[in-house]
Amino acid sequence: MERVPVLKIGDILLVSIQIDMEDQTALQLQEDLADRIVATGCHGVIIDISALDIVDSFVGRTLASIASISRVLDAETVVVGMRPAVAITLVELGLQLPGIRTALNVELGMDLLARERAADDWEFDEGDAEDESEPETPAAAAP
Amino acid sequence: MNQQGELIQVNSDQDVVRVRQLVRTVAVAVKLSLVDQTKLVTAASELARNTLVYGGGGTVEVTTVDNGRRPGIRIVFADQGPGIVDLDLAFTDGYTTGSGLGLGLSGARRLVDEFDIVTAPGAGTSITVTKWCR
Ligand SMILES: Nc1ncnc2c1ncn2[C@@H]1O[C@H](COP(=O)(O)OP(=O)(O)OP(=O)(O)O)[C@@H](O)[C@H]1O
Ligand SMILES: [Mg+2]
Repeated sequence: MERVPVLKIGDILLVSIQIDMEDQTALQLQEDLADRIVATGCHGVIIDISALDIVDSFVGRTLASIASISRVLDAETVVVGMRPAVAITLVELGLQLPGIRTALNVELGMDLLARERAADDWEFDEGDAEDESEPETPAAAAP
Repeated sequence: MNQQGELIQVNSDQDVVRVRQLVRTVAVAVKLSLVDQTKLVTAASELARNTLVYGGGGTVEVTTVDNGRRPGIRIVFADQGPGIVDLDLAFTDGYTTGSGLGLGLSGARRLVDEFDIVTAPGAGTSITVTKWCR
């Protein structure tokens, strides 16, 4: 079985899927990523699927689990580079990818992660940022 | 006029990858559009995985066909597994007896032009799909 490499670039783990993965390879990637997130303390994961000519329900489901697992481990996942034909097919297949963030390419994915991280830090410093524009109510002030 | 088909035995994850690659190669050869290639390969991946997981393995045969007006590809997925007892249920989006999303059968049917299924409890399952060039 082939294995998909996970690269660390600064605070981000980058995975570029270059092969037609067997189901077992996809599951191994899910496990490897969880291990690497914990080992490195990275807060962002970028999965580049621009080389994939299809995403079927198994790969789609694996991407969704990777996003959920990462989130529990305090890392955000962005899937980048989906081909237009793949997007059209996924929608017709009926696959929704709840909780998956997407960006058009690696660079935009990195921007997205950086913005999210900055927003998080700000929230941490300043209190609940999302409620800032809301009028003060007892509910909004709750912890 | 139908050509001689190519047969793949499906008994492992790797064989499902082989099915995808063969379907892709034939889809390119008959000049399906890129979106139609993608749809057909995706449908084939779903159905071949079902053959493996639920049918206990089987065969996939890929044939080029021609209806006199346009060329196309026909794929037959056959297994000697338990068959499907309730077809309506099996085609319901989200229905699964495994750990999947229950999208394989219903999704694959949406992705192809023709979809025929022959199955009976204890008598295996045979699914034939066809995609025509536009
Ligand atoms: N070849 C087969 N032999 C026997 N039962 C089958 C076969 N193919 C599908 N089924 C039954 O039909 C159900 C629905 O199949 P479908 O492919 O739609 O969903 P799934 O495989 O369970 O999940 P997903 O494909 O989304 O990962 C399966 O759970 C299984 O019970
Ligand atoms: Mg399935």
